[in-house]
Amino acid sequence: MDRAAIIGVGTTKIEKSKVGETFADMAWEAVNKALSDAGMTIDDIDNVVTTSSDFWDGRTISCMAVGDASGAAHKNVSCVEGDGTYGAFYGMTRSLSGSYKTTLVTGHSKGSQSVSSLITNSSFDPIYERALGMDMVTACAMQARSYMHRTKTTPEQLAGVSVKNHGNALKNPLAQLPMKITIKDVLESEMIADPLHKLDCSPVSDGCAAVIIAHESVAANFKQKPVWIKGVSFCADSFFFGDRDLSRAKALTEAAKKAYEMAGIKDPKKEIDVVELYDAFTYQELMWLEEMGLADDAMAGKLLEKGEFNMDGRLPVNASGGLLSGHPVIAAGLYSMAAVVRQIRGDAGGFQVKKAKTGLVHGVNGLGGQSHCVFILDKDK
Amino acid sequence: MTQTENIIIESGDAVQPFSYSVGMHGSKFFTELRDNRRFMAVKCPKCKKVYIPPRGVCGECFVEMKDWVEVGPQGVIGTFTILRFAFIDPETGAQKPVPYGYGFIKFDGADTLFQHYISVEDETKIKIGARVEPVFSKDRKGTIRDIEYFKVID
Repeated sequence: MDRAAIIGVGTTKIEKSKVGETFADMAWEAVNKALSDAGMTIDDIDNVVTTSSDFWDGRTISCMAVGDASGAAHKNVSCVEGDGTYGAFYGMTRSLSGSYKTTLVTGHSKGSQSVSSLITNSSFDPIYERALGMDMVTACAMQARSYMHRTKTTPEQLAGVSVKNHGNALKNPLAQLPMKITIKDVLESEMIADPLHKLDCSPVSDGCAAVIIAHESVAANFKQKPVWIKGVSFCADSFFFGDRDLSRAKALTEAAKKAYEMAGIKDPKKEIDVVELYDAFTYQELMWLEEMGLADDAMAGKLLEKGEFNMDGRLPVNASGGLLSGHPVIAAGLYSMAAVVRQIRGDAGGFQVKKAKTGLVHGVNGLGGQSHCVFILDKDK
Repeated sequence: MTQTENIIIESGDAVQPFSYSVGMHGSKFFTELRDNRRFMAVKCPKCKKVYIPPRGVCGECFVEMKDWVEVGPQGVIGTFTILRFAFIDPETGAQKPVPYGYGFIKFDGADTLFQHYISVEDETKIKIGARVEPVFSKDRKGTIRDIEYFKVID
């Protein structure tokens, strides 16, 4: 099979409110950063995929509104509504299709412009679920309880994820919430929805990220060292939350397994050096690590306490600060991807980890992990 | 010092009215709930899984489901949360009074979880596995609000 590589990344600073910027303004910044990172001009890009959500953007066909600022004029532009990793997956397939060679993928959102709980409420079933007020935080609190009940993971262990990721963000100038906090601070922060405290939850954020994905025949033609896509898969679970075992994520286990196989990874615990995953809530980092086989079942909390997932630990997880330190939905997965690309290239700056040959990027689409996307990126082709 | 101001366009009171079809499965479910206070689920002819809320297709088997099964009205708490932050009620636009309980109920005879409010009168009784029963609205209209909430009966 032909190969594709990521040859440029660009991300805006994640902020609580970019009140001075439109969606297109954010896209313009991220796209130009990615082009400059790659050593390309917009003429070197032969097609564009934008990623956005109509509800979050407060308009329909939201993807088209950022076309001009994304250099889509006179090009084939298409869109994905979902996490940025899904946009990247589509972008990759276009670069491998034979019709295109260089795909620019963007993802944007501004949580600051709407009422988040009403937006996430509207993603639930309008007949049986929406009228009761189910939203992202409520659903994930119930998932957290279910996971903690099965695995005996403690509130202190959840809090440890928040302490680590906010601490990591101190080294990332693009993060929204760099904070030196303690487990006590997390446990004493306001209880939002049992068992989730305020500091167990990611913030409302604005931001835009862009990545450029090239076919192997042109990947080395530009300035940047290509970072190779060795494996990728996504897998979906049932739409209704109540149909799933909420303490598990079988769709993630399946997606990870397929991505490992494609990348030739036999022992992910040993072969993966660095991970950026979807930590919209603290418990998710631990749960996803177990479901991807990067920690033994029900053990992630204990391994976290031992420092295994620290920036200088056995397997650094969310060294960038993760989504807990800034969570522009939709763009999230592309931020994670950009962070792993920078790690593998060795230019992650303050949050660079020691060994970063092979990295894993994880994105989620749908509430509580209805669908999961896993990318394996590598320094070597 | 330079004065700055934020110029922002508000959406105002604009609304997007929408009518959602509930389908034949939803019609049966809500009619039975309203008229007979019964919970109707559907059973997959292939994997035998009993689904509530009912829907036309078993996603696992990709087959149509037409076999109706009554479940509940009692069940156990599958998982739950107690909301302590006042979110906005999507139906009224007002802030909801806190705290309130929200849970997934596993009805006796069902294989999936059904979400609704849980009364938080005595928080110590709310546990995964606790037995619950529904409290119905007096004035039932054929919506999910025909159930007021579930209460722990242990």
